[in-house]
Amino acid sequence: MKSKRYVKVDKERCVACGACIKECPRNAIEIWNGCYAKSDANICVGCGKCAAICPAGSIVVLQREGSDE
Amino acid sequence: MNKKRWYDYLWIWSMIYFALGFFNILFAWLGMIDFLVPLVFALAGGNKRFCNKYCGRGQLFTVLGKNRKCSSGKPTPKWMTSKWFRYGFLIFFLSMFGNMVFQTWLVASGAGTLKEVIKLFWTIRVPWGWTYSAGTVPDWVAQFSFGFYSIMLTSTLIGLIVMVLYKPRTWCSFCPMGTMTQGICKLKAKGKEGERE
Repeated sequence: MKSKRYVKVDKERCVACGACIKECPRNAIEIWNGCYAKSDANICVGCGKCAAICPAGSIVVLQREGSDE
Repeated sequence: MNKKRWYDYLWIWSMIYFALGFFNILFAWLGMIDFLVPLVFALAGGNKRFCNKYCGRGQLFTVLGKNRKCSSGKPTPKWMTSKWFRYGFLIFFLSMFGNMVFQTWLVASGAGTLKEVIKLFWTIRVPWGWTYSAGTVPDWVAQFSFGFYSIMLTSTLIGLIVMVLYKPRTWCSFCPMGTMTQGICKLKAKGKEGERE
């Protein structure tokens, strides 16, 4: 069963510093070619640790489609 | 979270750097590593591995800001992470770097004299003469050391201030090296988009 939440990275705002990678307990994030962070929605559980540490405010926690709440 | 590796301790190097410059300013030259390695990664590898893994300064801000709770954790103001501010700060930083190199050249050519001071925030002169005995190396080598150490110390102080005010690594959102290497990576990655989306 998939988690109710997941995160999405704003590619335009992301500075590709990698602070989120170190926070992620699921290793769901990587920096794509030094350009921006990319989170694998299939692995992400939407805990929001990356969003909390992101200095550029480029990560938002979203509700998965189909999950109530 | 993840297993600690040797490079997770590079924040110690960051502190050692400033300590060394307090005793002998010539150690300032070692800071060139932090200038060149990120560029090599970006130019040769098209990645930001330096920022992501090896940047001691970013780690220091995490250690102090997050682990030691010296950061308020408030969101970084939007303008601070905007493109115009990031690139504006990069241009400002590079011109100041250029000015420092010019001062070094003046001393090398004999048109200027060695000033044993460091400049904080590009304005405040702080006597730093105890860290250098005149004549040890050519004057321009020493002049570059004072200038370079000033830049390193100033940028770290700015980083510490924004760390306290906002997120631990707020500095990273407008770090000139970060902006420059990301810019290089974006240029190199043009056309690659969609490859593995």
